Amino acid sequence: MEGIYAFCVGLLTACGIFLALRGRTFPVVVGLTLLSYAVNLFLFASGRLKINAAAVLGQSEQYADPLPQALVLTAIVIGFAMTAFVVILAMRGRADLGNDHVDGRLPDIQARQRNRTLRK
Amino acid sequence: MAHLPILPILLPLITGALLLLPPFQNTMPRQRLLALVSAFIQVIVAWTLLNTANTEGTQLYVLGDWQPPFGIVLVADRISTLLVLLTTVLFAGALLYSCAGHDKGGQYFHPLFMFQVMGVNGAFLTGDAFNLFVFFEVLLIASYALLIHGGGKQKTQSALHYVILNLVGSSLFLFGLGILYGTLGSLNIADMAMRIRELEGGEAILAKVGGLLLLLVFGLKAALLPLHFWLPKTYSSASAPVAALFAIMTKVGVYSILRIHTLIFGAEAGELANIAIPWLWPLGLLTLAIGSIGVIASPGLKLMTANLVVVSAGTLLTAIALQSEKATGAALYYILHSTLITGAMFLLADLIARQRGKAEDRLVKARAMAQPRLLGVAFVLCALAIVGMPPLSGFVGKILLMQAAEETMDKIWLWPLILIGGLLSLVALSRAGTTIFWRTTALAGTEERVHPFEFAGVFILIMASPLMVMFGGELTDITSQAARQLFDFSQSVEALVPQTTQGGQ
Repeated sequence: MEGIYAFCVGLLTACGIFLALRGRTFPVVVGLTLLSYAVNLFLFASGRLKINAAAVLGQSEQYADPLPQALVLTAIVIGFAMTAFVVILAMRGRADLGNDHVDGRLPDIQARQRNRTLRK
Repeated sequence: MAHLPILPILLPLITGALLLLPPFQNTMPRQRLLALVSAFIQVIVAWTLLNTANTEGTQLYVLGDWQPPFGIVLVADRISTLLVLLTTVLFAGALLYSCAGHDKGGQYFHPLFMFQVMGVNGAFLTGDAFNLFVFFEVLLIASYALLIHGGGKQKTQSALHYVILNLVGSSLFLFGLGILYGTLGSLNIADMAMRIRELEGGEAILAKVGGLLLLLVFGLKAALLPLHFWLPKTYSSASAPVAALFAIMTKVGVYSILRIHTLIFGAEAGELANIAIPWLWPLGLLTLAIGSIGVIASPGLKLMTANLVVVSAGTLLTAIALQSEKATGAALYYILHSTLITGAMFLLADLIARQRGKAEDRLVKARAMAQPRLLGVAFVLCALAIVGMPPLSGFVGKILLMQAAEETMDKIWLWPLILIGGLLSLVALSRAGTTIFWRTTALAGTEERVHPFEFAGVFILIMASPLMVMFGGELTDITSQAARQLFDFSQSVEALVPQTTQGGQ
């Protein structure tokens, strides 16, 4: 279980970082979302992975650490709010700046290509 | 007052909520009145809290009576209360300034301003690492909204960078906290500092990764060298009162490094002692150098001030990297000085820009200002304080810092950089002043005058500098005692965790 879990967290993080490094806002937002998923899973695992263990004392033979679950909950809520904000900001950026590049302007090569297609 | 330590967090929260409700919601004069009254009360509360912490020792506020290390605690010791007082004073100045009409640029300016202060105060006061994250998010989300307050292309552009960078930063913060919780089994900062000594082998390496991830995050907030590129553009594009309040935000990063990396990963941490120092020292010095170059290369006054923030961040991080009581005490004095004065400079840059018509704050020949004398005197005072010329507070701060570098190797690096950095700032600021005030065409630019509120806001912040010199003795007493408290393990850590819980794991 630990292996699969670690692999999933690693894959999500790798995809998140890859997408966050892209030039356009949409992939960046998706990348940030993936990164926050990875973080949530990771935080959950910081209380060790256990099967058949309730987070309440006396309900099962073993008990799971309840604190990471509370932390994950907080992190999910905050992450959700932040994602909503960055989506709105990206849309506003698209409207204000006229393109969806994170720098607010297209790199020169792309701008030239677009001008060429417009001229045709 | 048993509940005094939580008031700096509750007051802005309640005021912010009230500002959104009916009697205040849609009327600007009422909002301003409530916000100003609240800011005034906050300054008094912060002052009382500092006095209490100074005379009666550290105040430990246990939320919900869940005893540490299990519940969340607020720790009001000398350092945190001093910084809370600094925040409220800066906030009061920026708020007064904004009441001249800068709060009309968008909705919800005053509530957001309050929430920002709540986040900053909370980050200073909390004694719990995860709670620190939560307060970081509170202050960040308020700052995101404040940054685009007023609208405009430039703001959207820089806000996009700022938000995305900080979201990545938040993710890294959580990764770091997860690792530390997984290895230490606690999130109470004092308790973590006790437990870290017991780690060895693989666990210690994991904790080191966690600690360095946190350094990365705080470095991003504090504008440590490779992570500072967002700062000049963001700060210079924000509206004036917002930029002034943002001057405290880099200090939140510096303070967190002080808390996490001198308390938890400090000299007592066994295998993991001082893990941040090999990074902090060279990067802090480089930040100082790069900031100084940025100052002299800036084409406008706002950008120059933003680069001065980078310089002060570099100075502070270097001072912390010295890891001595004396250096930390000096750094605390320097934090107070640099935050208030850069805040004042941001406000002043806006006043100057508005009276120059189209040239705004750019350093080019332009129309004369309507009130060159008033603004000129304020500019000279501000510039002298920032550069570190006697008799103002920058001079005292820099002297204290340079005295704190005791070993020869430290001196060789620190002294030239601080002095040359000061010289470069002097050159840049005098060039800026000459251009702005003397290279003018005869025509007056605009009819705009300084509003009394604006004057009051700037006045409060600039007056802090001579006051900090006049009451320098008392102030350095407090800062040096605060630093001693931080480096005294029995006071800063052991006193905050009940002895019965030790070895209970």
